[in-house]
Amino acid sequence: MDILLAIAIMALGAVVLGAALGFASIKFKVEGDPLVEKIDAILPQTQCGQCGYPGCKPYAEAIAKGEADINLCPPGGMEGVQRLADLLGREVKPLEAEEKPKQVAIIDENTCIGCTLCIQACPVDAIVGAAKQMHTIIAQQCTGCELCLPPCPVECIHMEVIPETLENWKWKYPVVAIQPVATRPSAEEAA
Amino acid sequence: MMFAPAPYLLKDASVSRVMTMVCLALIPGITAYAWLVGPAILVQLVIASVTAIAAEAAMLKLRGKPLAMFLSDGSAIVTAWLIALTFPPLAPWWLVVTGTLFAIVIAKHLYGGLGQNPFNPAMVAFAACIVSFPALMSQWPSVGLQMPLLDQLNVILGLAPRVDALSGATPLDAMKTALKLGEGQVDIAHLLANQDIYGNFAGRGWEWVAVGYLLGGLWLWQRKLITWHAPLAFIGGMVLISGVLWLYQPASFASPLFHLLSGGTLLGAFFIITDPVSGCTTPRGKLIFGFCAGLLAYIIRVFGGFPDGVAFAVLLMNLSAPLIDQLTQPRIFGMKGKQS
Amino acid sequence: MLAKLFKFYGGVKPPSNKTLSNQQPIRPAPLPSRLVVPLHQSIGGTPRPLVQAGDPVLKGQKIGEADGWISAAVHAPTSGTVVEVAMHVRPHVSGLESLCVVIEPDGKDEWIAHGPADRAAMSPADICQFLQEHGIVGLGGAGFPTHGKLKATPGVPMAELIINAAECEPYITCDDLLMRERADDIVRGTAVFRDMLQPTRVIIGIEDNKPEAIAAMQKAVEAQGEAFAVVPVPTLYPAGGAKQLIRVLTGKEVPGAMRSTADMGVQVFNVGTAYAAWRAIGHGEPLISRIVTLTGNVRSAGNVEALIGTPMDELLKLAEPNPDTDGIIMGGPMMGFLVPNEHAPIVKTSNCLIAHSERLFPPKAPEMPCIRCGACARACPHELQPFELYWHARAKDFGKTQQYHIFDCIECGCCSFVCPSRIPLVQYFRFAKSEIWAREKEKKAADEAKQRFEFKQFREEREKAEKAEKLAKAAAAQAAKKAAEAAAASDAPATEQPAEAAADPAEAAKKAAIAAAMARAKAQREAAQPKNTDELTPEQAKAMAEIEARRQQAGIVPEPADALPATTEAKPE
Repeated sequence: MDILLAIAIMALGAVVLGAALGFASIKFKVEGDPLVEKIDAILPQTQCGQCGYPGCKPYAEAIAKGEADINLCPPGGMEGVQRLADLLGREVKPLEAEEKPKQVAIIDENTCIGCTLCIQACPVDAIVGAAKQMHTIIAQQCTGCELCLPPCPVECIHMEVIPETLENWKWKYPVVAIQPVATRPSAEEAA
Repeated sequence: MMFAPAPYLLKDASVSRVMTMVCLALIPGITAYAWLVGPAILVQLVIASVTAIAAEAAMLKLRGKPLAMFLSDGSAIVTAWLIALTFPPLAPWWLVVTGTLFAIVIAKHLYGGLGQNPFNPAMVAFAACIVSFPALMSQWPSVGLQMPLLDQLNVILGLAPRVDALSGATPLDAMKTALKLGEGQVDIAHLLANQDIYGNFAGRGWEWVAVGYLLGGLWLWQRKLITWHAPLAFIGGMVLISGVLWLYQPASFASPLFHLLSGGTLLGAFFIITDPVSGCTTPRGKLIFGFCAGLLAYIIRVFGGFPDGVAFAVLLMNLSAPLIDQLTQPRIFGMKGKQS
Repeated sequence: MLAKLFKFYGGVKPPSNKTLSNQQPIRPAPLPSRLVVPLHQSIGGTPRPLVQAGDPVLKGQKIGEADGWISAAVHAPTSGTVVEVAMHVRPHVSGLESLCVVIEPDGKDEWIAHGPADRAAMSPADICQFLQEHGIVGLGGAGFPTHGKLKATPGVPMAELIINAAECEPYITCDDLLMRERADDIVRGTAVFRDMLQPTRVIIGIEDNKPEAIAAMQKAVEAQGEAFAVVPVPTLYPAGGAKQLIRVLTGKEVPGAMRSTADMGVQVFNVGTAYAAWRAIGHGEPLISRIVTLTGNVRSAGNVEALIGTPMDELLKLAEPNPDTDGIIMGGPMMGFLVPNEHAPIVKTSNCLIAHSERLFPPKAPEMPCIRCGACARACPHELQPFELYWHARAKDFGKTQQYHIFDCIECGCCSFVCPSRIPLVQYFRFAKSEIWAREKEKKAADEAKQRFEFKQFREEREKAEKAEKLAKAAAAQAAKKAAEAAAASDAPATEQPAEAAADPAEAAKKAAIAAAMARAKAQREAAQPKNTDELTPEQAKAMAEIEARRQQAGIVPEPADALPATTEAKPE
């Protein structure tokens, strides 16, 4: 009898709690971003295709599906890998390719022949120009993806590292310097 | 030219100075202690200090940290002294050594060393030892025991037998036992008046040790090393619960004054719950932390099985400190009346 | 006149060391050998240069035109010749360069024609413009253009105008000396601000460690019959922080997120700004010099009136630095910085140069772990929890730092000052702040890139669809003709199949077009004379020939065939 009562109580508890959980999951449903959106938000949106996918969104979709690894995005850097790993609960892996400083493409306007091939290649429409007219790159909108380099028939585009200026200068991480013991003054013993 | 960030002026403050002041503040209490039980306590202090320094050095070496810088910070000494002061004064040397090792190696360095330990190392050591060696940890010398230093040394070093006079109970413990054995027949006033172990307010002699801690604590407060919040709330919690029960049934519950001056109450109030690393840091958090620790300490020491409850109360509150801190963030400048 | 004072939380009392430099009157600094005037000296847009190398300039001549509303003009500090307009090192902690006008003084110090403003005939907007044209910016440290602060927030009555003369940083005495010697002009400048803002009260707040300055200001206020309150405030760093001073004098607390104190009905100006404003309004003199305290490890500390653009090392020599001086701190010892390059010039916000030596400022002992003692929280005037902020900043958990209100931090240095573990707390907060800003910028750029990318994709899809439709129509017409000939067939497959077939010829046509373009490009290149290289100098021609040769050597003769697949591949489907 006791056993039956115990079982009944446990069963009842399970049913009640289960119902409560089910109710809560409907009532307090979090309308969160779907996973792809979250991954896409971490990716740098350079649209460079270095990951082997035609753009950041397709790469995000591939990651979400589990088809692609999280370490294929060099512009995102190790930090991007770290954040993806945190989001997805995967292990942090070293980047496949080398991390590069942020760059911007520059068209050598003397050499440009106005072929518009780079304009078609630019994923973010950051190149202005028309057929047989000189082209130029809107530096603020250039993501540094390098996709305009290969199509140029006269190789008049090159990448330049964005220099540090007073506008983009940042305070550095404080160096945690632990001085060697030998050079330390013994002032503390006096205290 | 090397880059050095502002400010270029620095207050003359250092961790080692903080720790030195804590040690200095313990001296009145230690003096009273030594006067009460004899120089044995000084021997214990030395044993604990040496063990702590050695353990600290070994751990620093293992962890590849600069030795001189961290050894001179003095935090190991504070831990060692608190262990020596909370353990029975004539405990065998290996018990003190075990406790100290446990505190430094496990409670401190395995959690990341100075500033990283979630629990007060001395209290971890006390809890570990009282659970592992309950008998030894409950043997306190009888009051009025006059024993020369050499004999005390022999006891500590295990060269002399632990005679009965050495295995008394603390006043707190004795009262609990008496009340239990008396099964409601015993009157506290009667106990206090007739038993040798009690003095004017609490345990004979021990009450003055507590006053010593109080003096040291007030000095720390005056020098702004600790704030009033945690100690006052701790004492408040203790007084509140003991007072309520005492008023309800004075025959079976001791007065708040008895509890304040017994066991580790005042040592805990000023030197243990004020440990910034494992305690709360916001003013409101400190009040909650202290108050709850006071309540818990009383409940454990009166209704629990251990002679005193301060250590367990502190450890339990250490656990909740991060949560309390998070929920008691103070308002910031410019947020008058608004929830920050 | 006694006013009720309020207290702010926290604060520290570092040794003030002000007597070093406040014993002597202000000296004029001699003309330097060269003046390097940065164009960007205030918050806001970088002024555009108005002169070029070789131009003669007169003292007070405008050399930089304000760019936008939040910007102020820049003027030649003396007469002479512009040597160059080029990148030179700025007095900035980064040691980076910015555009500067370099002037070689001719020694005559000849003024351009100038005269006082006719205030009676000027509207407030005119006065604002006048101040902007005369380059008046806040001289307290941040350098916010003054005219941008001379307007009450609509709907908020202006209750208090505060002149900040607290000068709470140790060592600095330039405001102290300015008040002792030129109180009359300060009061006149304050009156200008008063007329613009129409506040209920005007309060001049001075830390009580400057009795001479307080007396001088009181005398000047009385002499001019103004109703300004000269209020001594308790000496406690950082009482001179705008928000702290507002709190002390009025009891109001300006939230960190509030952009302008005018939203609370308070406006604060530095005492030096009031003086500079009067020099402009009353005499027509633009801001070309300022009082600079020279102190620290020097033999004759004091204050000098120095021209903007004077190289720091040259200026500091006037105070005879001791031989063991190993650097210059610009600003005070609490919030200033060691200048990475000592040739950097004095700018409008350089209030103090401190000769640095290890004797005076012993190197920091090594950093210890945080013991959560809370000393920093008790010192923080903004009632933050610096140790929590430090913890998260160190872990680069920037979301958490914002949760703990990192942007309310004013970087006053109180927390670092009291820290027993000697943790450079402020440094961590600066790092976290600039990292958060950079990330926000990056995020914005990424969002924009994403938007542009998506639009491009959308456009390509649309173009393709349009083209396909056109081709389909043409094919359908043809198919209909054929179908009519073949007599019996259903419409549906007939329209679909030719459309698919047509896509290929379309692609082929495109390819052919590109190939033709490539060929043309190649032909053009081989024809050697592209349009924009018509007028080549011999050097350019030579350089081009060299480049061409190198290309040939490296074997990078571009192959149109290589480029072709790349372009088609780049179009994501």
